[in-house]
Amino acid sequence: MKTKVSIWDGNFIYVILSIIVGFLVGAILLVSAGIDPGLTYSTLFQGIFSRPKYIVYAFVYAAPYIMTGLSVAFSFKTGVFNIGAEGQFVVGSLAAVLVGIFGNFPPVIHPLICFVAAAAAGAAWGAVVGLMKIKRGINEVLSYIMFNWIAYYLSNYVVMHKGVKAQSIETTKNVKDSARTIIKGLIPVTGCTEVNAGFFIATICAILLWFVIKKTTFGYQLRAVGLSKTASEYGGISSSRIFMTSMAISGMLAGIGGAIQTLGMSGRIPQFSGQESFGFDGITVALIGGTDPIGCIFAGLFYGAMKYGGNKLTLVNAPKEIVNIIMGTIIFFIAISLLFKRIIKGVQQKKLDKAKELAEAKEA
Amino acid sequence: MKKDSNADMSVEAIRMKGIVKRFGNFTANDHINLCVHKGEVHAILGENGAGKSTLMNVLYGIYQPNEGSIEIDGKPVKINGPEEAIKLGIGMVHQHFMLIQPFTVTENIILGAEPKKGIVVDKVGARKKIVELSDKYGLKVDPDAKIEDISVGMQQRVEILKVLYRGARHLILDEPTSSLTPQEITELMEIIKNLTKDGKSVILITHKLKEITEAADFCTIIRQGKMVDTVEVDKVDENKLAEMMVGRDVQFKVDKKEQEPGEVVLDVEDLKAKDYRGVEILNGLNLKVHKGEIVGLAGVDGNGQSELVEILTGLMKAESGKITIEGKDIFNKKPKEIFEDGVSSIPEDRQKHGLVMDFTVEENMILQNYAKPEFSKHGILNRDAIAKFTDKLIDKFDIRPKGCGKRLARQLSGGNQQKVIIAREVTNDKDLLIAMNPTRGLDVGAIEFVHKYLVEQRNKGRAVLLVSFELDEIMSLSDRIDVIFDGRINGTVKGSEANEKELGIMMAGGKVDEN
Repeated sequence: MKTKVSIWDGNFIYVILSIIVGFLVGAILLVSAGIDPGLTYSTLFQGIFSRPKYIVYAFVYAAPYIMTGLSVAFSFKTGVFNIGAEGQFVVGSLAAVLVGIFGNFPPVIHPLICFVAAAAAGAAWGAVVGLMKIKRGINEVLSYIMFNWIAYYLSNYVVMHKGVKAQSIETTKNVKDSARTIIKGLIPVTGCTEVNAGFFIATICAILLWFVIKKTTFGYQLRAVGLSKTASEYGGISSSRIFMTSMAISGMLAGIGGAIQTLGMSGRIPQFSGQESFGFDGITVALIGGTDPIGCIFAGLFYGAMKYGGNKLTLVNAPKEIVNIIMGTIIFFIAISLLFKRIIKGVQQKKLDKAKELAEAKEA
Repeated sequence: MKKDSNADMSVEAIRMKGIVKRFGNFTANDHINLCVHKGEVHAILGENGAGKSTLMNVLYGIYQPNEGSIEIDGKPVKINGPEEAIKLGIGMVHQHFMLIQPFTVTENIILGAEPKKGIVVDKVGARKKIVELSDKYGLKVDPDAKIEDISVGMQQRVEILKVLYRGARHLILDEPTSSLTPQEITELMEIIKNLTKDGKSVILITHKLKEITEAADFCTIIRQGKMVDTVEVDKVDENKLAEMMVGRDVQFKVDKKEQEPGEVVLDVEDLKAKDYRGVEILNGLNLKVHKGEIVGLAGVDGNGQSELVEILTGLMKAESGKITIEGKDIFNKKPKEIFEDGVSSIPEDRQKHGLVMDFTVEENMILQNYAKPEFSKHGILNRDAIAKFTDKLIDKFDIRPKGCGKRLARQLSGGNQQKVIIAREVTNDKDLLIAMNPTRGLDVGAIEFVHKYLVEQRNKGRAVLLVSFELDEIMSLSDRIDVIFDGRINGTVKGSEANEKELGIMMAGGKVDEN
């Protein structure tokens, strides 16, 4: 039996539709606030596309979001909701910065070690939550959220610690130049002073992840547990072991995201006055990316570009929060895309029925 | 016409004419006619997915037909939902009971149709009415008992009372005997008689041919959405019915040669276990299965069968006892270790345990064996080898549709899902095969298939433990039958010497004299 595959069967079209609706809702809000949406959006897009430098910046902005997006998407595969990417991102940043400040290694090696430290810190942060889940049955969503706050205050404590804190400002010292991931050779070409290896690292991670999920026995076990814990256990796959590993890997990915951000962009960590939200935004990225690793690259790029372009909206007196509203609307509509699907399918069915009725009427 | 039939052929109760129901391109009901008279028992017979449930859902107002018309009591009607169906006097008793466990029988029956006295529910009046109904039709229930405390048979009677309480004159019973003991089935047949005597018409959906020949006046056979025929049950036999249902000759008798069992494979001694509430569920169970024999474990649901199988496959831990496979201790070992030690199983719940429903058929075929060198090297799956392996099994076990390896298990029919599991477990070729309710919900053709492979395993010298609530299945397949009651074996008979009555008594906890 052959069935026609219509574009309305897949998910991609609904993501695109949701994005369009997101922009429409944003436009309505802008109009009601007395701001010209045409001007706002053209500023937004010009801020992203009008110069090569801007485009490069969009890529630089995207890298950490791709990582937290991957982290959340990966956790979804085993049926876990990693709402703790925020905390894992923070401890990853912290580990990378500490090794970046105090480590003494040659270039290339130094950032590598920073990355390993960040990955380990993120993985540990995720694994502890996993351990509590499988040993004591503690709901991971609760402990993830609590661990976000623990990471937040831990970071603030360490940042203000003597020896770590920079003089006269509320941040850590800068990491050593040898630890930075900035690609100096590309600065003159692109005109972007913060062009760094982050996007490449994130892309490699995404491809690796795709491979692991699709092609390996480990990925097989992950998906089996995610889709049916009971059938996996019957088949001899230990679901607790899989939960532990996948939660650790998910944490590791967010941790690497933290290293990408700190070693590539700021070079230090400020004292936080609120959660930075890289991890939470990862949920958005994962959902826009259809929880697929490759999808996360594009979703991360979209998100990064919107964040970067949004910074320029103040030039036309439009609030940059409009970007958040657009993103929120997009997620809202992706979440209810099932409803979309049903409505469209229903309309198609009605059309078919009508055509049939007409044909029958003609025959009669 | 049967002598004791209560059917009044001059009064039409239900008439469905040329019912067509399509889902997209798929036609579930293709011009089906059904006519049920007053006081008639009308069976509907068909394989899984033949369209029986769709037809009944059309009658009950859950689906709207694309074509065709319905008449109730001679009047054309349009049934827009279950509420309207109930108003027209149609009542449906579902296969899976829809009762609230901590509520009493009375509370469950009046739920949604509570009689009121002022602003309070008139429970006393309701109770009186229920007792009257239950006396009238021989539906023995305790109106004050909680559902969780009463037997499955009584729960079913509560379900029937529920529809009668709402004034049903036309009853649809969907697979009503699937979880009843033989005695309870006899009682149900008696109840159906009483209902028709009172002029009620009964539509009986069932797989069991014996029940049709016993209880029904007419039988409508549906195959692949099309109506095959409506026959007078008196004029046909079971073989004819089965043939009309599947469209070919069906082998009922399982071809099984006498064979001396070999040495012990599975040895269970004094097994004790508690369920999740901490209640003793196995109380010192002893069980042996030898090479080349099928041991049937008969019993009413809830006497420890599920727990025994879970313990034997490593999904649950026991308190104490001894379990060995060919001398190897497997007591409280992990599923993987037990599998390696020589136990494969066809689980009770194929969608929960047997298959990852959103995996493809290919992925499901390697559920225990993904790490074997044939299917993966250095942790990387060999998709080609898996596809080839699956295609071979799809051919050998006639899993349909052909070439479904890349389809999700969810997209297969129930019978074909079971075939996937059987193909996998039989190919595992372990010393012991445990099969729990392996034919539940399957049609005659698929049942025949499952039985064939169980016997083949036995003939090859494997040990087979068959746990089933279907006595017919146990009796036709087993070399030896152990009856489980209250967590221990309550009696053993040779398969060839078993009869339903004796087994029924033992299943209910009674003892049968040896002489």
